[in-house]
Amino acid sequence: MHLDHSHDGPAAVSADAVRPDGRRRALRIGLGGPVGSGKTATVAALCRTLRDELSLAVVTNDIYTREDAAFLLREAVLPPERITAVETGACPHTAIRDDISANLEAVEDLEDEVGPLDLVLVESGGDNLTATFSRGLVDAQVFVIDVAGGDDIPRKGGPGVTTADLLVINKTDLAPYVGSDLQRMERDAKEQRAELPVVLQSLRSEHGVTDVATWVRERLAAWTAA
Amino acid sequence: MSRATLLVLADGRFPAGGHAHSGGAEAAVAAGRIKDAAGLEAFCRGRLHTSGLVAAALAATAALGVDPLLLDDAADARTPSAALRTVARKLGRQMMRAARSTWPSPELDALAAVRPKGAHQPVVLGLAARSAGLGPEDAAHVAVYEAVSGPATAVVRLLSLDPFDATRVLARLAPELDRVAADAVAAARRVPDHGVDALPAASAPLLDIGAEAHAGWAVRLFAS
Ligand SMILES: Nc1nc2c(ncn2[C@@H]2O[C@H](COP(=O)(O)OP(=O)(O)OP(=O)(O)O)[C@@H](O)[C@H]2O)c(=O)[nH]1
Ligand SMILES: [Mg+2]
Repeated sequence: MHLDHSHDGPAAVSADAVRPDGRRRALRIGLGGPVGSGKTATVAALCRTLRDELSLAVVTNDIYTREDAAFLLREAVLPPERITAVETGACPHTAIRDDISANLEAVEDLEDEVGPLDLVLVESGGDNLTATFSRGLVDAQVFVIDVAGGDDIPRKGGPGVTTADLLVINKTDLAPYVGSDLQRMERDAKEQRAELPVVLQSLRSEHGVTDVATWVRERLAAWTAA
Repeated sequence: MSRATLLVLADGRFPAGGHAHSGGAEAAVAAGRIKDAAGLEAFCRGRLHTSGLVAAALAATAALGVDPLLLDDAADARTPSAALRTVARKLGRQMMRAARSTWPSPELDALAAVRPKGAHQPVVLGLAARSAGLGPEDAAHVAVYEAVSGPATAVVRLLSLDPFDATRVLARLAPELDRVAADAVAAARRVPDHGVDALPAASAPLLDIGAEAHAGWAVRLFAS
């Protein structure tokens, strides 16, 4: 056995920042959160905003369909070869946290086939509030909740809400219709998250995904400088 | 050999991609061939004695140190379904990543270099066992256990089968798993003298047909 053997062979093994060809790999950002909160819509909006300035690709993890990938293809937010769907055996949280091998392969294949890439967005199909991404798969994660899921979600906390690098409270346009108190949601979220940032957004508004895109640009600048 | 090392490799949580696959159980459930624990047991027994035996023999032979490329070709020849060849290589690639990071070895690196998109999973599994300091018996046991534990876990999710019933099925099959693993190792030990033709080539046509159909479904829980 050679437990201290270094990986000079083919292909990166995990989160290695440098690819086998010596180039620095793309920044990987994960998007998780409950069902229907607006993850795919956020990914689509980010692609539209960033695709002219960055080389982008997307990996989706659906529960039992290729629906997210199909939506992104239909909306033509990126050329089809830049979108890959990973099948998760009914457990997207396993594929993004406990056994990330299929996602790592998807990301690496994208870099091989359409690279060089600056940024890969990895969406996890919504299932629950505890789903978080492994640090072996992504460099930063965004947790997307919405105002229609109940305004006590930030107060309830959970690993997604408290530890994600960015918390997005989406669909603020719906707040008046569902009786959600935005100020309270923001206050509760900040209490749970100390210094970590929170963005309130409505993709139906003109401002749209601007704040999240700004955050992504900052992360990318830090990644490139590192 | 280290018994604890064997447990690490055989653990269902070993991060090598198995969780997303049903081993043909999803197609069998849809076709009405698995409806309950008895159906699961019959399915697992069939899989064990066909593709399970073949996988175990390939894994045991790789663990003995036989050229993995020869075995990879032998695996191709024993996998008539194109969909299942694709799955085997995909899972082999995932097993390779987990193994190289867990029990690195020049042999694993060498195979990864010539098969960057993956060699057949049983071959990689055998080589992983070898890199971990395990022997052909260990590799064969992991392979036969995977042949039945994958479908059992999947059927718990697909049919909401009582998990105790599913686990009882596995426990009842255990003596048979030992016998098939022993047969697989015996075949593997003939390979150095008689070549890969000494390996079993049992096949399960319904598994092949089911896999081909399943690969075309638009909506499914499992990747295979
Ligand atoms: N009103 C409003 N609707 C939105 C907003 N963002 C997304 N939606 C809608 O919410 C629905 C669900 O959005 P998706 O982006 O598919 O949600 P998701 O989180 O990807 O869902 P899953 O992948 O199924 O978990 C869609 O109909 C979107 O158009 C928003 O800011 N305001
Ligand atoms: Mg989605």
